[in-house]
Amino acid sequence: MPATAATPVQARSQWRILLNHLRRDQLAMIGLVLVVVIVASAILAPVLVPHDPNKLNVRHRLKGPSVEHFLGTDQMGRDVFSRVLMGSRIALQVALISISIAGSCGLLLGMLAGYGPKWLDGALIILFDTIRSFPTIMFALAVVTLVGPSLNTVILVVIVTSIPVYGRIVRTQTQALRNNDFIMAERAMGAGPARILGIHILPNVIGPLLIIASMDIPVVVTIEAGLSFLGLGVRPPTASWGTILNDGYAFIRNTPWLVIAGGVPLILTTLGFTFLGEALRDVFDPKLRREV
Amino acid sequence: MGFYIIKRLGLAAIIVVIAVSLLYGMIHAVPGDPLSIVLGPRATPEMRAELNERLGLDKPFIVQLVTFFFNVMRGDLGTDVFSERPVSEIFFSQLPFTIGLIFLAIGWSAAVGIPLGCYSAIRRNTWIDKLTGVFSVGTITIPSFVVALYSLLIFAVHLKWLPAIGAGNEGDLLDQFKHLILPSLAVGLGWVGYLARLVRASMLEVLGENHIRTARAFGLPERTIVLSYALRLAILPTVALLGVGIGYMLSGAVFAEIVFARPGVGKLIFDAVITRNYPVVMGSVIMTTILFVLSTTIADLISAFLDPRIRENL
Repeated sequence: MPATAATPVQARSQWRILLNHLRRDQLAMIGLVLVVVIVASAILAPVLVPHDPNKLNVRHRLKGPSVEHFLGTDQMGRDVFSRVLMGSRIALQVALISISIAGSCGLLLGMLAGYGPKWLDGALIILFDTIRSFPTIMFALAVVTLVGPSLNTVILVVIVTSIPVYGRIVRTQTQALRNNDFIMAERAMGAGPARILGIHILPNVIGPLLIIASMDIPVVVTIEAGLSFLGLGVRPPTASWGTILNDGYAFIRNTPWLVIAGGVPLILTTLGFTFLGEALRDVFDPKLRREV
Repeated sequence: MGFYIIKRLGLAAIIVVIAVSLLYGMIHAVPGDPLSIVLGPRATPEMRAELNERLGLDKPFIVQLVTFFFNVMRGDLGTDVFSERPVSEIFFSQLPFTIGLIFLAIGWSAAVGIPLGCYSAIRRNTWIDKLTGVFSVGTITIPSFVVALYSLLIFAVHLKWLPAIGAGNEGDLLDQFKHLILPSLAVGLGWVGYLARLVRASMLEVLGENHIRTARAFGLPERTIVLSYALRLAILPTVALLGVGIGYMLSGAVFAEIVFARPGVGKLIFDAVITRNYPVVMGSVIMTTILFVLSTTIADLISAFLDPRIRENL
């Protein structure tokens, strides 16, 4: 059922299907609640933080949880709860920026590969396969050595390594569509490739692309946290779940709280987006199950 | 089959060539003097002159690339900036640690994940099946370095059941094995979920096929049907996945080696990144990429050998 956004009536009924699905599927509901909480706390973080996340207080360092500090303090006496809240902003910011850029590039390249001449398809597929052949973290390490660690480096690495994922999905969808009767008819009426791709193929591939993109959020959040954990992502003193875990690792024999505080939001975020993403996929495009 | 092998190996060769070119080209894509980028601030003028000579940086890019390829093919991956030992020697001294870790992780995750997926398929839609489903998604999504950190916290720091860091004493196999338990737990946990899901799905598919129905009609015991008829076919897709799996496990191994301060390729590259020792980083990344391409190629060839339908789709 490729026509995702065909008419308002159909769109409305799909939302109803989704709502019904959510009501029945407890996991998807848990996912939705987690995602809403995480997104809300990321947006409201500057208002919600009880303390300045970067304010040092060396006399109260490495304290356990208390009424004053819900998740205790780190080795410089900073309030960990405030840092965890601010960390959600970094995680979602990286996910939003890199997935939208990688998604757009993947969309364009994938449609070119699927609709363009065979040599272009072959060349793009080999390029996609080549980029996929670097284990992500190894590629990230090579890039960081050259350009130095920063938030932008993380975003760059994520974009480069995820374009092939989107490109391949869009290519498969485009190829499935290009020989459909309605595309043939349009071509017979003299429509050029730009019109066919922009008006007919694009609306049909954007749905699966968005589903894949939503399922990619946990992956991106993990890469950001992983690189920041290694000290190769977000630079201190900026709070990220990865840098909190890095501090926690260094002081793991003094206090378990830093590792717990950095890890739990990461686990909840990846689980929440995955549960919700799988529900979205099963409702809107069950066929994708085979492709991911 | 012969034609497929040639095509698949050709594709692998092309991918390796492009990958190495991209990695080499990256040095030039970054603004600044390539010699300073590669050697870092601590290089002596002699080292700069030697590297300039070796890479031929004054020659056209394509000549540099070809020279570089010939060096890689001769097994010459460059020289460590600090110890001045050949990178290939350092890399291959660390590789066995990582391979051991990855194989133990594959082994235990297959030993748990395959029976779990199989059992889940037979008891479809029971609470055990649903629990396995949630468990699978959970293990797949939770980042392996978080598993590493939490298992370090629980089993090594708090309970003190297992050693926290290092690879164990040389020659003492039991000690070395103890040091492998937590890292391989972290690297393999996600794969338990993957394998369980994959085996469950393909098992359900196979159980619905005609020859299974025939076997049932003949009154064969369920045990025989599942173990020697269905599982034998259902296990095929996991072979292809394991090839890709080695690549993903390499990423997991980087984190596990750093968290547990174990020797290995991941630790080697990480330490080189921190000291900006680019020859070691690039040489090791090239080698791991080649190993990864090799493992996916071998897995593809095995699956094509087992299932002729795959050969058509290249």
